[in-house]
Amino acid sequence: MALAKLKADTTAARLSGVSLPDGAGWANAARADALARVQQMGLPTKRDEYWKYTDPASLTAADPPTAALFHNDEGPLFDAVDRVRIVFVDGVFDAAASDDLSAEGLEIERLVDATARDIHWAKDVYGVLEARGQVPVERPLAALNTAMATDGVVIRATGKVTKPVNLIYLHKDVASDVTLHNVVKVEAGADMTLLETGPAAARFSKSLEVEVADGGAFHHVRAQGRDHERRAVTHCFAKIGAESTFKSFTLTFNGVLTRNECVLEIVGDDAVAHVAGACVGDGRDFHHDDTVFVTHDAVNCESRQVFKKVLRNGATGVFQGKILVKAGAQKTDGYQISQSLLLDEDSQFLAKPELEIYADDVACSHGSTSGAIDEDALFYLRSRGVPEQEAQNLLTLAFLAEALEEIENDALADDLRDRLEGWLSRHS
Amino acid sequence: MLEIKDLHVKLEEEDKQILKGVDLTIEPGSVHAIMGPNGSGKSTLSYVLSGKDGYEVTNGEASLEGADLLDMDPEERAAVGLFLAFQYPVEIPGVGNMTFLRTAVNAQRKARGEEELSAADFLKEVRAKAKSLKIDADMLKRPVNVGFSGGEKKRNEILQMAMLEPKMCILDETDSGLDVDAMKLVAEGVNALRSTGRSFLVITHYQRLLDHIKPDVVHIMADGKIVKSGGPELALEVENNGYADILAEVA
Repeated sequence: MALAKLKADTTAARLSGVSLPDGAGWANAARADALARVQQMGLPTKRDEYWKYTDPASLTAADPPTAALFHNDEGPLFDAVDRVRIVFVDGVFDAAASDDLSAEGLEIERLVDATARDIHWAKDVYGVLEARGQVPVERPLAALNTAMATDGVVIRATGKVTKPVNLIYLHKDVASDVTLHNVVKVEAGADMTLLETGPAAARFSKSLEVEVADGGAFHHVRAQGRDHERRAVTHCFAKIGAESTFKSFTLTFNGVLTRNECVLEIVGDDAVAHVAGACVGDGRDFHHDDTVFVTHDAVNCESRQVFKKVLRNGATGVFQGKILVKAGAQKTDGYQISQSLLLDEDSQFLAKPELEIYADDVACSHGSTSGAIDEDALFYLRSRGVPEQEAQNLLTLAFLAEALEEIENDALADDLRDRLEGWLSRHS
Repeated sequence: MLEIKDLHVKLEEEDKQILKGVDLTIEPGSVHAIMGPNGSGKSTLSYVLSGKDGYEVTNGEASLEGADLLDMDPEERAAVGLFLAFQYPVEIPGVGNMTFLRTAVNAQRKARGEEELSAADFLKEVRAKAKSLKIDADMLKRPVNVGFSGGEKKRNEILQMAMLEPKMCILDETDSGLDVDAMKLVAEGVNALRSTGRSFLVITHYQRLLDHIKPDVVHIMADGKIVKSGGPELALEVENNGYADILAEVA
């Protein structure tokens, strides 16, 4: 009873005074339904099992905490990559800073424009995949996002598109509290790459719903950071069709609190779904949580989860990863690895790997490790003249390499590697 | 070149004395060999000189061209010209062999106040040196020592030595785990590096390696001390009669 009351109070406080954005009938209905889900589920508290390792209090608080802006001399990420840039400043679309939204093989619109239209393909995705992803584990913050999202983009890929779309989230207001929602539909046989970069806001709630039709391919590369005080809860819901490919990679720098939930549902045979992440965190107030749920509901599909965390000076990393293989999802090949490199004894990694399998002809493996820098390797490097810090950085990058290798596009991976080197050598 | 005086070393973790007063002087351009039974302290000597953790020097000194080695970090010892070819080269997944070599070469140059080698110059040099050690492009690309055979690992050690051009090279049982052909190849690599300004300390169990890398002086180490020194004929004596006679003689 006490928990129910706590959740009810938290929910009431958060929703007090909130008014939903207005749009077309279908959009208003989707938002109202989402709000009803929030009220029915209640917002999470630290006493919820799914939030055992991550305290959601600052994510659900009615008064959002502020976050100082982080400045350094690094230029924009992926600057040398030819891409369609779509800029949001503290969660508001900035047309002047963005490129033209028309691109060969892509239909890109602002969410507010899409939700204002009475007939739109996004109706079948917006809030729909999120609602599907509420079972068997409730994700009330995702429902809250669907209800409240004020901006974002909807993208439909109709052809094979090599030029990535880059959503750039700038953070300029120390008190920004932002809710964004993006929707992607990759049509049959189409192929696209979505990049997401930037610190976004003091408090950021972001959802991405992706439907990949049969034979489609969706590539996703994201870099979160680097503001130290930022908080973020993000959700990715994907519905993955037959013979299609879904690949998502996230690199996270810094942040008081980051919770990245990735909910993948493989519904067509012979599909591939990979989700990977690397994070680097420094200090007692760094907390990073990857929560992944992959459902196999089709035959002969492959899923892969690769997560690596570098933690130092009291930083905390969390991994909750599950593979659910439904009855009939034979020939499933599921793999999951989560590893942390703890650079001191104060840092901690909390991992909860889970497999739940209802088919009898599957191969699923999972592993989780925590370890320190390999002293023998460190001495070997130093004995060749590499200074201790540089040797440690080299070994740290080597530790992260397996996750970065999940990125297919070498130019993107190289940019992220450069950023990691910068972070390691500057200690921030 | 290398000067070791009355070196006493114990294990940091336990009260076990390993080296009990080692004296050794190696002149520039000369090759010294240390032989001795298992547990005599040969490998400990190589680790202490290169700065590995876990050992405590309780007495004595060691210097390279007058610079006190024992006060330096391992990377500083490398920069002043000390090189240890490991008995068991370490595998480093995720770090490319080429990246490793280039990082090491440039770190040493930087420490000595020299200009870093350009990518093109480095590549040219490493290719030439790798070729003479029969190290192919694939081995250079792979992660450091990962999946290398015993022979490949040892050749990779010699390649590092060739690239870093140290003044004082310590070879810790470089012949262990090698077949005759691989040993010859490694020995040729070492011999190619012999010069008037470079000295070698070859630690080995067997005379065999010394047929290929001809030493000027051979030392016998036992129970943490050098108990006998002589010319190359001392190694032959060990090969023929074992250590028992020599140890009985000096006891």
